Amino acid sequence: MKKIGVFVCWCGSNIAATVDVKAVVEACKKEPNVVFAEDYQYICSEIGQNKMADAIRDYKLDGVVICSCSPRMHEATFRKTAEKAGLNPYMIEVANIREQCSWIHKDIEEGTEKAIVLARTAIAKVLLNAPLQAGESKVTKRALVIGGGIAGIQSALDIADAGFEVDIVEKKPSIGGKMSQLDKTFPTLDCSACILTPKMVDVSAHEKINIFAYSEVEAVSGFVGNFTAKIRQKARYVDTAKCTGCRACMEKCPSKKSLNEFNAGLDTRPAIYIPFAQAVPNKATIDPNACIKLKTGKCGICSKVCTAGAIDYEQKDQIIEREYGAIVVATGYNIINLDKFNELGYSDCKDVITSLEFERLTNAAGPTKGHLICPSDGREPKKIVFVQCVGSRGLRPCDKQYCSKICCMYTAKHAMLLREKHPETEVYVFYIDVRTPGKNYDEFYRRAVEQYGVHYIKGQVGKVIEKDGHLEVQASDLLADEQLHIDADLVVLAAAIEADDTARKIGTMLTASMDTNDFFTEAHAKLKPVESPTAGIFLSGMCQGPKDIPDTVAQAGAAAVKVIGLLSKDTLKCNACVASPNENMCNGCSLCATVCPYGAITYVDKEFRIPGGVQVRRVSQVNEAICQGCGACTVACMSGAMDLKGFTNKEIMAEVESICK
Amino acid sequence: MQEIMKQAKLKAEELLTKGVVNRVIGWTEGDFSYDCSPATFTLDNLDKFVYTEFCGANLSKYLIEESKKEGKILVFLKPCDTYSFNQLIQEHRIKRENIYVVGIECRGKVDIDKLRAFGIDGVLGCKTEGDKLICDTIYGEKTVDKVDVMLEKCLSCKGKKHVVYDELIGEEVVEEPKDRFGMVAQLEAMTEDERYKFWQNELSKCIRCNACRNVCPACSCVHCVFDNPDSNIASKANTDRFEEKLYHIIRAWHVAGRCTDCGECSRVCPQGIPLHLINRKFIKDMNEFYGEYQAGEDTETKAPLNSYTFGDREPHEFDTKEGK
Repeated sequence: MKKIGVFVCWCGSNIAATVDVKAVVEACKKEPNVVFAEDYQYICSEIGQNKMADAIRDYKLDGVVICSCSPRMHEATFRKTAEKAGLNPYMIEVANIREQCSWIHKDIEEGTEKAIVLARTAIAKVLLNAPLQAGESKVTKRALVIGGGIAGIQSALDIADAGFEVDIVEKKPSIGGKMSQLDKTFPTLDCSACILTPKMVDVSAHEKINIFAYSEVEAVSGFVGNFTAKIRQKARYVDTAKCTGCRACMEKCPSKKSLNEFNAGLDTRPAIYIPFAQAVPNKATIDPNACIKLKTGKCGICSKVCTAGAIDYEQKDQIIEREYGAIVVATGYNIINLDKFNELGYSDCKDVITSLEFERLTNAAGPTKGHLICPSDGREPKKIVFVQCVGSRGLRPCDKQYCSKICCMYTAKHAMLLREKHPETEVYVFYIDVRTPGKNYDEFYRRAVEQYGVHYIKGQVGKVIEKDGHLEVQASDLLADEQLHIDADLVVLAAAIEADDTARKIGTMLTASMDTNDFFTEAHAKLKPVESPTAGIFLSGMCQGPKDIPDTVAQAGAAAVKVIGLLSKDTLKCNACVASPNENMCNGCSLCATVCPYGAITYVDKEFRIPGGVQVRRVSQVNEAICQGCGACTVACMSGAMDLKGFTNKEIMAEVESICK
Repeated sequence: MQEIMKQAKLKAEELLTKGVVNRVIGWTEGDFSYDCSPATFTLDNLDKFVYTEFCGANLSKYLIEESKKEGKILVFLKPCDTYSFNQLIQEHRIKRENIYVVGIECRGKVDIDKLRAFGIDGVLGCKTEGDKLICDTIYGEKTVDKVDVMLEKCLSCKGKKHVVYDELIGEEVVEEPKDRFGMVAQLEAMTEDERYKFWQNELSKCIRCNACRNVCPACSCVHCVFDNPDSNIASKANTDRFEEKLYHIIRAWHVAGRCTDCGECSRVCPQGIPLHLINRKFIKDMNEFYGEYQAGEDTETKAPLNSYTFGDREPHEFDTKEGK
């Protein structure tokens, strides 16, 4: 007879407040095969662990059930203890009587009843558990960083500096991301390009870093330590090995009417272009939607002026397949589309702009060489209104519920810089709250108000309309309790930020979970902030949630450290709970291989004895080093030939039956 | 039909004589003309081969075992049978290289029970003439509208085109697509209680003879879960009246996305349970959720239930309207 021991944890009052742990112990003692049951305040503590180890030895237990928190919290702890005490770690079952019981029940009777059922269920399962051994798998010592903004750049540099190869995949022609478009950075007001470009150059020069610019990740398979990614290198129609970045083609290109993405669409660029002066790689790209040669077959001027002979109109997209041990997601953000914010006039009035457009209009490398003008007629604005929280912290369907976090600070920065450069301009900032947590942040904001005389008005802007070549801003001042009408020359909207539109697709590829806003979720909000719940996937920067440059760089470094920790291992312990087929029942139908996300299943023709001879049948085989134990094959298999060790069909059925008893 | 049967027999004889195949799988008559069942033939017993209005049986499934044997086998497949054939190829269950497929013309097969319901007994043979079925009986010749006596599966015929063959016999008549989902829609329109009553009534007739499973080309596991005491399902489905019904539900799930709607389950059910409606409901749902898909149409297309695309509907989008 198998001997089972049961421990019921109080978790202080976390469990004991809504579950009568003594009653659970008594109920467990009545279950068949249970030879020992005890409760304790904290089973995860050293004393608790020792009690468990003692019981395993003293009672010669074959299996242990621990009624406690979620297995995600302490299953590993309990397994280690069991192993030390001489019990196979997979003979441990955790009944979650905290997250799924005590925390959701208010009534102690109900809570206790459910806890008893959950304990009984775990006992039913552990009776069927078999000892398992985990194998090992190798680690590919190369990391993939998806996204080449400051987050991706920092993660890549840190990983590469530790001696590991890194590939950066950036969808745009140059790395640099949003930070490369910014003028100055808060709270120190240093020039964004001045601090970013050295890093971009470092990336470009680093022997361990490979940049796949103008490329996108198309598919990812595999698992921690052994990912395979398909990278689509989009056709630039320029041989990057030959292009010297001389820009002669850009001058001569006759198709110059494409909106310049780098300048937020405020001016135009040629069909063949290098997005900005410090671009990395400093190579030209032909925009196929604008190029006359690619569209009509006639032109070819760039090819004539290119002395390097780099133009190649026949170039095709290339698919590159590479292997990686770890993946850093750094897909970044965009500002929301303001089409639905009609009341603020963004679509209708040229002089209503976003903060990002404002950055470009004040940047020396921008469309106006840093000379701030009204886009409608080129006059210098004398009265400027900034509107905060446009689309952030709202409850309408077009709003984001979250705080975009960076707007308060950059608006203070914009206002301050304006007053510094053009003291004659009047600057108004409308806000819901001014949020400035962060080192030297509040001091920065106060300087804008106190030293630079920016008019901060608590209240929201209701409407912006164009009137006689000016913008009439209708707003309320909540503190003075009055309606305001301001005749402004320029209105700057701090549009909410949102996850980049590629994030959802990449999240799906990586099976990395995301929240409803398409931000990647971290494995633990507090204790695992840079890890995705999917092993081997790490999060860097805005893809995980709104954050400013200092936070992004810090997180990027943290993600890099996690990657380095992973890549410095030669092997990883595999999951012992892997799929295993019963050849006698296998139809060889390939359904399991079709649904396997890891490519762990193959087929062989095998001889089987049948009455009167031998028959060859096609049967499935599982590569245990590759199988991640997701169980997809188990549910797909009609005959029930495929089973998952540690979660066998029988074990699950025993659990269900035990609940229904 | 006589002509097609003659051609088929000649074709079988030719291929056997030439040694292209060493066996033939076709249909043979039992004690009565309407009592047709699948059989294998060599030159020795080829005279027993028939192809009549009563050859409704789908021969694809028999190839699972037959194609493992030595030598090539000739199989006659009606248009709807070719879908099951393709599905089995896709599932690696039959060896294509061991099979010679002759697609054979079909204009709908006859249900002997429906004939009897018309009071036509003692049938010696039948032939189709236009829309009519002319029956030669021991009581003389009788004529009925063929559509009234066709097998249920033929009333919702997928079309007269063979999706796979090495050679064809007869014509591939072009036919108007028939309404496959009318009855399913009627069931969907019922209230939950009505629908429950309907199935309660139908499934209570089940005698667990396993004919539906045994004939189903999609239900072809080496070891069926219902025969496997380790599956924890086998004994269950036998113990009480409620679990009895689970047998059909489990079976429907197992063939979901793989069922070609060949209708064999209902054809062989001795109790006349409209089992195909369960499978057809799945097919209708899948078509609605993931776009039109016909299992067995080819051997390449990935089935919607075991493939993932970025366009797939998310679970929360499945909040279907009342009655579904």
